[in-house]
Amino acid sequence: MKELTIISGKGGTGKTSILGSFATLSGNSVICDCDVDAANLHLLLHPDIKEKKPFYGGKRAEISPELCSQCGTCEELCRFAAIKDSVVNKYACEGCGLCYQVCPSGAVQLIDHLSGYCYLSETQWGPMVHAKLGIAEGNSGLLVNLVRKKAREIAKERNIPLIISDGPPGIGCPVISSLAGTDMALIVTEPTHSGIHDMERVIRVASGFGCLTAVCINKYDLDEENCRRIEDAANKLGVPVIGRIPYDPVMHQSVINGVPATLLEPGEAQRSIRQVWDQVTVLLGVC
Amino acid sequence: MIISVASGKGGTGKTLVATSLALSLAYEQKPVQLLDCDVEEPNAHIFFKAQPVSERTVSLPVPKVNYEKCQYCGKCAEVCQFNAIALMKRTLVIFPDVCHSCGGCWHLCPTGALEPAAREVGTVSVSQTADLRLVSGRLKLGTHISPPVVKAVRETAERDYITIIDGPPGSSCPVMAAVTDTDYCLLVTEPTPFGLNDLALAVDMLRVLKIPCGVVINRDMPGNQIIDRFCAENGINILLRIPFQTEIARAYAKGIPLVDSDKIWRDKFYNLYHQISGEVSQ
Repeated sequence: MKELTIISGKGGTGKTSILGSFATLSGNSVICDCDVDAANLHLLLHPDIKEKKPFYGGKRAEISPELCSQCGTCEELCRFAAIKDSVVNKYACEGCGLCYQVCPSGAVQLIDHLSGYCYLSETQWGPMVHAKLGIAEGNSGLLVNLVRKKAREIAKERNIPLIISDGPPGIGCPVISSLAGTDMALIVTEPTHSGIHDMERVIRVASGFGCLTAVCINKYDLDEENCRRIEDAANKLGVPVIGRIPYDPVMHQSVINGVPATLLEPGEAQRSIRQVWDQVTVLLGVC
Repeated sequence: MIISVASGKGGTGKTLVATSLALSLAYEQKPVQLLDCDVEEPNAHIFFKAQPVSERTVSLPVPKVNYEKCQYCGKCAEVCQFNAIALMKRTLVIFPDVCHSCGGCWHLCPTGALEPAAREVGTVSVSQTADLRLVSGRLKLGTHISPPVVKAVRETAERDYITIIDGPPGSSCPVMAAVTDTDYCLLVTEPTPFGLNDLALAVDMLRVLKIPCGVVINRDMPGNQIIDRFCAENGINILLRIPFQTEIARAYAKGIPLVDSDKIWRDKFYNLYHQISGEVSQ
C-alpha cells in the first residue's frame, strides 16, 4: 500500500482542487482530508457519512470551587496563563496536568476533552476519511494522526493499494503529522513571490521525512518569470517539477459548483492534471 | 487600535488586505505597524524591500537531565501528558519536539535532576521602511509549535501605533494567539463554497473570543451572493469587495501591494480603516 500526501506551504494554491480530481482519476484509493482545521474536500466529493466518531484530543483541568482553598499555587505555576482566580480558561489550558499534581487540596480534576469528530464516509470514487476540529481547538496533529490511521485500516481491510491525502497549509504540527510515514509528498505551488518562498520552506520540511518529493506548479501562466524561479529553486533543492497546470476559469467553476474539475468539460487544465496524476502513479509504482 | 486579519482558509488574500491596509494608513502619515503573525508562512516582508534592523530568537524551555542527580524514579515520564519523556533502564530519553514546555517534569522531579534549557523555536525580526514598521515571526523549520512565536511577535509591537496583524489561516490555536485581545478582526473570504465553509468556522471562533468582525470579499464576482447571504443572516457587515481580476492576481504575483498597483485602492483601504474605527468606537 502506498501513500500520497499533497502539501503546499502556502494556502490557496489549489491542493484540494487537484486532490479532488486525483480521486476521480484513481477511482480506487482511500481518500483522506488531513486539513482538519479547514476541511474542504467534502465540498467537492460530497461524501456520504457512515460513521462519526468523537475525538478526544487531550485533557483539560477543572477546579472544583468547593475544594479549592484559593492558595494560588496552580495559577502561579501554569505556564500557559490558563488559570485566573481559580478558574480554568479551557481555550488556554493545554492539559499538562501540573496544576492537578501540585494542588494541595485535591481540587483539580483532569477531564477528557472533546475536540472534534472523525468521519468515515463513502464517495463515488472510494472510501473517505475526514475530520472536523472543534472551534478554537488545538491538537490538530493528533487528529491528523487519527485520520491517517483510519485510512490505513480501511486500505488494509479492503485491499486498496493507494491512500491519497489532502494536507493542511503551513509547515507546523498538522503538516508534520501528514508527512510522517507517507511515500510521496506532492508540493503544489503557484508562481507568486509568496508561493516560491513557502515552497522552499516546505521542501526543507519534507526532506526530513525521506519520502519522494515532487513539485507541481498551479496557475503557472500567471507569471512565467516566477515560474522559472520556482523551477530553479526546486532544481537547487533536488526536487523535480512534474507538472504545470494553467490558470483556467474551469478550476474556479469547479470550486463554485462543488464538482471536481475532471468532471467538467475537458480542456487544458484537466489535461495537465491528468499528466501530473500519470507521473505520480509512475513515481509511486502504482500504475 | 489593533486590527487582526484572518480568514479561516488559506490563500484568500489576508496578506493582500493586511499589507494594503497598513500602507494606506502609512501614506496618510499615520503611525502604523504590521505584525506578520502567519509564522509558518510569513509573506508580508515580500511586499516591503527592507532589511531587518533587529532579529531575536524565540526559545522555549525544555527539560535537560543532570545524570548526577537523577535517581531514575520515572516521576517525570509519569507526569508528562505529552509523552515527551521516556525512562529506559538507566537513561532518560527526552523528545523536545513533543514537549509543550509546561514545566511539570522539572517542577515535580524529587531530586532536582531536571532543569529547563532553552530550545530555539523561531525568530522575530523588525524592519523599517520609510512608511512602515514591520515585525515578522518565523517558525523554525521542523518545529511544530507556532503559538509561542506568534505571541513573541505580538510582544514586539510598539504601543501608540495603529497595529495591523496578518494572521495564520485556519481557526485553531495559532489563529487564536494572533486574534486574541485585538479590537477588531477583518475576515477575508472568497465567494465560493470553500470560502463560505471556512468563513463560518472563523465567525464561530470570533464569537467564542467575543471579538467584533467584518468581512472583505476577495475575488468577488457580480451575481454571486453566497457570502452576502451568510453575512446578512448573521448580521456581519461587508466592508470591502475586491473584484476577481487577472490583473490584480498578476500584480500580486510580482509582489506589488494592491494599493500601489492602482491608486484607487489607497482611498478604499483608508476608508476601510475609518469604517472599522467607527464600528469599534460605537
